[in-house]
Amino acid sequence: MLDVVQDLLVLMISSSLVSNVVLSQFLGLCPFLGVSKKVNTAAGMGGAVIFVITLASGVTAVIYKFILIPLDITYLQTIVFILVIAALVQFVEMFLKKYVPSLYQALGVYLPLITTNCAVLGVALTNVQKEYGIGFSIVSGFSTAAGFLIAIVILAGIREKIEYNDIPESFKGMPIVLITAGLMAIAFCGFSGLL
Amino acid sequence: MTEWRDNVDSKKSSMDVFINGLIKENPTFVLMLGMCPTLAVTTSAINGLGMGLTTTVVLVLSNVIISLLRNVIPDRVRIPAFIVIIASFVTIVELLLEGFIPSLYSALGIYIPLIVVNCIILGRAEAFASKNPVILSFFDGLGMGLGFSAALTIIGAVRELLGAGEIFGYAVINNALAGICSIFGAEPIEYVPISIFVLAPGAFFVLAALTAIQNRVKRKRGEKGLSTDKIQSGCVSDCKSCVNSACNHI
Repeated sequence: MLDVVQDLLVLMISSSLVSNVVLSQFLGLCPFLGVSKKVNTAAGMGGAVIFVITLASGVTAVIYKFILIPLDITYLQTIVFILVIAALVQFVEMFLKKYVPSLYQALGVYLPLITTNCAVLGVALTNVQKEYGIGFSIVSGFSTAAGFLIAIVILAGIREKIEYNDIPESFKGMPIVLITAGLMAIAFCGFSGLL
Repeated sequence: MTEWRDNVDSKKSSMDVFINGLIKENPTFVLMLGMCPTLAVTTSAINGLGMGLTTTVVLVLSNVIISLLRNVIPDRVRIPAFIVIIASFVTIVELLLEGFIPSLYSALGIYIPLIVVNCIILGRAEAFASKNPVILSFFDGLGMGLGFSAALTIIGAVRELLGAGEIFGYAVINNALAGICSIFGAEPIEYVPISIFVLAPGAFFVLAALTAIQNRVKRKRGEKGLSTDKIQSGCVSDCKSCVNSACNHI
């Protein structure tokens, strides 16, 4: 029992902080750079990502274990996963719109942006590659997405501060944001000492 | 339906389309598409080249098939159909790499299946292959793919040179230093690599420098009154448009 708890804790720390999904694996860069102008919207995006990735890693793990393995068609995983994720995001959007309008109000705008977010597919594939069970896949999905939330909220906070700084003409806009992200990546390298 | 679709680009020659993809609308340097693999796998020139060529193969094949099927696929389900076609080719290429070039397969790892969500491929399918005949689509895929490969190789070479002092595994800087030192009869100096460039943060810094150069080119062109429509402002706008076009139809 203790072993499992320990394993889960290590998994959570390593996938949220040590190998952070954006800052060390470069997955989900587009929303990371695109929706990080304001802390509020960044947090909304992070929330939507947590929701979708946790759900998607659970669903893909179930499909992998109960459909792909018994039928011996694991080589079709990429095709199956991308279709499942696209359908899932669409379904979640419709479901929230009809039954949980308050949550839809908060996350709705960000859901369409997540479909082609490579982090979702990336997490699903990593879970399979590392041979996680269903429970571990969900935890890994959740903590990876939590890492995304942490990174995007920090970046948005910094961007709000540097908005009015005197930046060289050519570095205005995206380049300075990339440099900020690079410095954050250096800071996150420090977490590798945790494990 | 068929007629107007094909007539639009009847003036274009294959060569124009090829050069357009390779240089004028280079997917990485000009359009800023497909940034995830660009940053993730360019730790060395050879990895960048491998990723670029793998993407090229998928892009050419999917462009050809989508162009052949452009009048068969109903408009409403075209994006899911494109995704299935692209994912099939990615799977084929992945299995071939695993079988025949295992070293590249393990170096690129999870980024091979992630070619499916590369904006360049879906973007070209949507913007070019679904509207143009087969031959043109083939050359468009080839041009865009080779443009992407060239860009990835260059970025990989810069990072490898600064981060390890090598290009394609040859110790360029150390050899040059040894050569210079021997002219003056001095002890050879060892190059101390800036290893951060082959780590994750280096990728962000290299891309930051790249976008800064692009901003400068754009500003100079703007001052001269030349058109800057084709030059995008960074990966953001494209990913959004790519995402939107994908989402509105799934």
